[in-house]
Amino acid sequence: MGIEPLVKSYSALRHETLTRDRGLREKVMTLEEAAKLVHDGDHVGIGGCTVSRTPLAMIWALIRARKRELVISRSITSTEGDLFFASGTSKHVITSWFTQGIVWGVSKVMRHHTENKLARFEEWSHMSIGLRYRAGAMGIPFMPSRTMLGSDVGKQVGDEIKVMDCPFTGEKIVLLPALNPDVALIHVQRCDAFGNAQLDGLQFMDIDMAMAANKVILTTERIVSNDQIRRTPDRTRIPFFTVDAVVEAPFGCAPHECYGLYEPFFTHLDHYAQVSSQDPVKGPQQYLEEFYYGPKSWPDYLAKLGMDALLDASRRGRSVHND
Amino acid sequence: MTKHTKPTSTFTTSELLAVMASRLMTNGQVVFAGIGVPLLAATLAQRLFAPQLTILFEGGTIGPFIVPGELPPSTNEQRCTRRSNMVLPITDVLLLLQRGYVDIGFMGGAQIDRFGNLNSSFIGDAENPKIRLPGTGGGNDISSLTNMIVAMKHEKRRFVADVDFVTSPGWLKGGRSRAESGLPQGGLWRVVTDLAILGFDDETRQMKVLGLHHGVTREQVQDNTGFELKFEDKVETTAPPRADELAVLRELDPHALYTA
Repeated sequence: MGIEPLVKSYSALRHETLTRDRGLREKVMTLEEAAKLVHDGDHVGIGGCTVSRTPLAMIWALIRARKRELVISRSITSTEGDLFFASGTSKHVITSWFTQGIVWGVSKVMRHHTENKLARFEEWSHMSIGLRYRAGAMGIPFMPSRTMLGSDVGKQVGDEIKVMDCPFTGEKIVLLPALNPDVALIHVQRCDAFGNAQLDGLQFMDIDMAMAANKVILTTERIVSNDQIRRTPDRTRIPFFTVDAVVEAPFGCAPHECYGLYEPFFTHLDHYAQVSSQDPVKGPQQYLEEFYYGPKSWPDYLAKLGMDALLDASRRGRSVHND
Repeated sequence: MTKHTKPTSTFTTSELLAVMASRLMTNGQVVFAGIGVPLLAATLAQRLFAPQLTILFEGGTIGPFIVPGELPPSTNEQRCTRRSNMVLPITDVLLLLQRGYVDIGFMGGAQIDRFGNLNSSFIGDAENPKIRLPGTGGGNDISSLTNMIVAMKHEKRRFVADVDFVTSPGWLKGGRSRAESGLPQGGLWRVVTDLAILGFDDETRQMKVLGLHHGVTREQVQDNTGFELKFEDKVETTAPPRADELAVLRELDPHALYTA
């Protein structure tokens, strides 16, 4: 937005949190209702990493709702970054790595938008993005760190990082600004109606992001009872009072993976890579029409991915539990 | 599943890189590995001579074992977690590097210069790039905090005097410039290519040839490098990939996803 300072003042951060309804209340809603919680211009943090536990159902809903000028941040950005750019939902992605995945080569859509200056890919190191969310989660304005020094990655972000001499040791140290997203989108395997969320497998940066954000929209493979959550509280990773919306979205990461349930839909991702690399403008547009704007509902979208693809991804996903 | 039937006397560039890089590992090391050749090399070392070597993935996995034929597409999928000891959040696994628990960082490279700086961000001027590349990922963190091995194809356009953009710092401008810029630890240790094994001079930090692969000449290496190379006084010749090494690689990657 340009007007807001890079790091929120502590009083602003506390005030925003104080005004949120933190009561133990049910917050189950539809994708379309949850999309209304995201406003044009918001900074939206995206959970998961590359093609893992990407909250694609919620992203799908935001793109369909024609949101504009979102600033996106994520650990590593894959196909969803292409689609944010191609749909006009965002012109600014903050991430450490931006391309569908190593096996599919460099994203032509990312290249088209960045090389023609239609959109911005703001590059930070992976750990730096994580520490920025962590500082945000800790309620502190910056985190000291030891990377991005000496390289052009540090120079490229300019004034947004500071280098100082450590007051204890005299060593050079980087200060990374806290990142407190307006909204975090996070997909989990299960949560209750209040938003107590349990997630399996790799956590990526999701817990810090949830704590840092000013609003959290959870999508979940299934909503379970609060009793079930209370049976294994040690597995709960995100507490309900940080959560503002709960949406049940089975296969909510498809065609990306969700640990223990389904692996990436490789054939579909190959198809996307082919379509998007043939023409970085028409390709993703055609894909958006077919899979984002066309379907009547999330189940209709899943039907378009195909039963064979869903079953194959599930078979591979569940195999992680095999010995 | 199709089995490779080609004789072991022939091998691909990626197989050569994986074999040569695996021989640089030591039993007991903790190795931060990227996807592709680095993971194959570390796994090969584990299988043949370094059973106590531990692999870390930047996705958060400590000590995975790769299932043959199910190589992960990135360091962030469930395939990366098979039979591992622990999964951590990304930030915490990267902080292990900063704390000093990691011996070797191991990755591929798009462009490298005479001081071992790596570029995976921009080809051409960063303001008006010819090609915008995917960026650092964990590369900047890993190369800032630990000793690095880089495996890449030896081509003139990849081995340049100065990279267009320093994504992952090597020895920066040589001499003591790396430490002076605030990076007192780690640095680029070895570059493994399809022609040679390269290291860096202890004082100047300029790249130099330590070993040549079987049948490769000094001229060949120089001709494929965009700057003047130094040579170690006694340049060794590496032993070609053995049948047992190639067999493991082909078992791990039967569809030649990363070794084609």
